[in-house]
Amino acid sequence: MRVIRRATRSYLCLRESPVTIHTHAFANGLTLLAEPMPWLESAAVTLLLPAGCSRDPDHREGLASLASELAQRGSGKRDSRQFIEDLERLGCDASASVAAAHTSFGGAMPAENLGETLEILADLTRRPHLSDDEFDDARQSCIQEVLALEDELSTRALHRLRFRHYPSPWGRSSLGTVPSLEAATPDDVREFVSQLYQPTGAIVSIAGKFDWPWLLETVGRHWGDWKPRPLADQPTGEPQGGYEHIAHESSQTHIWLAYDSVPYAHPDYYEARAAIGVMSDGMSSRLFTEVRENRGLCYSVSAFCHSLRDRGSIFGYAGTTTERAQETWDVMLAEFHKLAVGVTEAELARLKASLKSALIMQQESSASRTGSMASDWYHLGRVQTIEELSRIVDGLNVDRINRYLAAHPVRHLSVVTLGAQPLQIATA
Amino acid sequence: MEFRRAVLPNGLEIIAECTPGAYSAAFAFFVQTGSRDETDDVSGVSHFLEHMAFKGTHRRSSADVNRELDEIGSNSNAYTSEEQTVYHATVLPEYQQRVVELLSDMLRPALREDDFNTEKKVILEEIAKYDDQPPYGAHDKCMSAFFSPHPLGRSILGTAASIEALTADQMRAYFEARYSPSNMVLAAAGNIDFDQLVADAAKWCGEWPRHDAPRATARAGSRASFHLLRKDSAKQQYTLELGAFPAAADHDRFAARLLSTIVGDDTGSRLFWELVDSGEAEFAGMSNYEYQGTGVFSTYLGCPPENSRELWSRMDALLADVQANGVTDEELQRAKAKLCAQIVLSAERPASRLFSVGNNWIQRRVYRTVREPVELYRAVTLADLRRLLEAYPLTERTTVTIGPLTKW
Repeated sequence: MRVIRRATRSYLCLRESPVTIHTHAFANGLTLLAEPMPWLESAAVTLLLPAGCSRDPDHREGLASLASELAQRGSGKRDSRQFIEDLERLGCDASASVAAAHTSFGGAMPAENLGETLEILADLTRRPHLSDDEFDDARQSCIQEVLALEDELSTRALHRLRFRHYPSPWGRSSLGTVPSLEAATPDDVREFVSQLYQPTGAIVSIAGKFDWPWLLETVGRHWGDWKPRPLADQPTGEPQGGYEHIAHESSQTHIWLAYDSVPYAHPDYYEARAAIGVMSDGMSSRLFTEVRENRGLCYSVSAFCHSLRDRGSIFGYAGTTTERAQETWDVMLAEFHKLAVGVTEAELARLKASLKSALIMQQESSASRTGSMASDWYHLGRVQTIEELSRIVDGLNVDRINRYLAAHPVRHLSVVTLGAQPLQIATA
Repeated sequence: MEFRRAVLPNGLEIIAECTPGAYSAAFAFFVQTGSRDETDDVSGVSHFLEHMAFKGTHRRSSADVNRELDEIGSNSNAYTSEEQTVYHATVLPEYQQRVVELLSDMLRPALREDDFNTEKKVILEEIAKYDDQPPYGAHDKCMSAFFSPHPLGRSILGTAASIEALTADQMRAYFEARYSPSNMVLAAAGNIDFDQLVADAAKWCGEWPRHDAPRATARAGSRASFHLLRKDSAKQQYTLELGAFPAAADHDRFAARLLSTIVGDDTGSRLFWELVDSGEAEFAGMSNYEYQGTGVFSTYLGCPPENSRELWSRMDALLADVQANGVTDEELQRAKAKLCAQIVLSAERPASRLFSVGNNWIQRRVYRTVREPVELYRAVTLADLRRLLEAYPLTERTTVTIGPLTKW
């Protein structure tokens, strides 16, 4: 009896969650997304600008990262030190990152400090100093990131795989290279920022405890009169694909593979996501069971879906000692091929349990909502509520997943390995 | 929010921070055992045993354990430290009874020979993974250099040789010695039905035999030493240092955490402005760790090898300056704001409250609300920091540097 009562109650938790996600399109192209979570004491913000590394000029790779670094070294009335100290005083756990499509700034904070944090973000995005004085240190910090990547073997191999698998400029590393960063000038950064720190396609996503009329007014005051600029079309090259081995004297060989799937906005996306969930989510997933549990071939093995706006991919990874790398590859690849045969009812039931549970727990954290909301807007042009996502999960069925899998077998693999020896790998 | 506690006749303590209406419920067994309770011949057994809890029980195969954890949509895992082995799972409240039964069963693993041999390969892969990854085992080497022969100097993972040599019988003996119900706590946080939790714990854990599982918690003697280790394949040079700091039960630990934040937090700290902001170092920082009976602060520096000696000297000078002149009240107030906001924000999730509540109980036998540590941090004064520095000078450190350098 207790179990039934509890189950009903947790269902109610989900139903009672606010289905209102406020959206507001400003005339200049900026979109505000806001989900009230009044039961929290925090608020979180994610701000996406159309200044992704896919817009780095040729021979200036890393410029978006350098711009982000330099912008944080002084804006509005704050210098570099005041910028960090003010965020700390507000208890803001701040973050900044650069991906192919966007530069992202944001943070989570006690709800009462949201207003002041937005003011700082407005200065950061609209009034960065980009001063010559800070330029050398900013560039040197970016170069440190490139050097550090040399020792992060798995990440280094992943960067190379993305470069091979996605068409230029979408597979680029946001870090750039030492020569491309050394070639960059303060004027390059100022030009990049003047073109791309702008409202066309920009998204401000906020979740947590706030008052909507106040928020709308505040965001409007900070960004409503920001002048838009046209965004240039981005020519897309051809993906390279194939197999590349990076020789490195390490104990383990890092194996990454990728193949084409559907993008996030595709009607079959959740079928693809569910199939990869069966492969990799949880400890009873196929890769974990076959590669690690049954054979003890590795400590880390996983797969995930990754999506650009117009194309999606499946990525897979395993890290294993040199002498077992070939067997690991063979077993892992066989599991990917076996997916075409289909998933089972029991596998799907387990996956649904874990997806539902994760969705409900998203309501415990403002920070985990803002990223999902901004990403939904970029890919779909709308935000899916937790309730809606929950219905999508409920509606997943084995027949549809298996039809999808039969129609999308593993082919045209891109593979990168990093380690002491190359593997026997056919990618056609 | 209500704190509840119960003890079974066999000594198993059950504690919970109950928050009616929370979306989730988080559970963990905190077992007081880790590398500091090992001996040379079983180095790495605590961590290996943690893996074996997922490899099946007398009622379940390994596949059953993994499948059932997924069936209830749990977010579950385990970890091993120098002094704890923790098995945890977060679920929706309706799965409370299933997850408690499952975790309880996992705490009586079957330790079957064939599972042991398969999992041994996974552990060896885990060791190989850390061998390839910065700082290439330098943390273990620094702990050993600082603590040995104190048992906190032992490696958590063990070595490839110690794991190869370990037998299932040795693991069974270690399990029998350490996994007494009186040496663990079942902790919970979130939307918990506490009476049901106690009833279920009694049903599934009530028959576990109780015995003593003592631990030596003498304070470690500290000394300064320097070690240069070669890693030819590394591109950067990584330098780690340890010095003595307050223990888990010392009141000074609040001052210690604030001082670490001021001197070496990721951003906005003295080390950040001196070495990271200029782009000279990839990272430079300070943190602290508390153990039963002893504690350490740790400093770390990652940078191109050619600059590492010079940057280390500047870090050394910076620490000497803090030792001689202390820090400012403005720095102290900012560190308080930063730490207190982190505490309040992370408390929103039962999954993170679980670790605060469980750790506080197992380390200090106290329950603290979210507000209490915030008040304790706010009460720290500059005079407290001065006393801390006098008791634990930042100038006495054991140093390990690893990377391509052949001389320092």
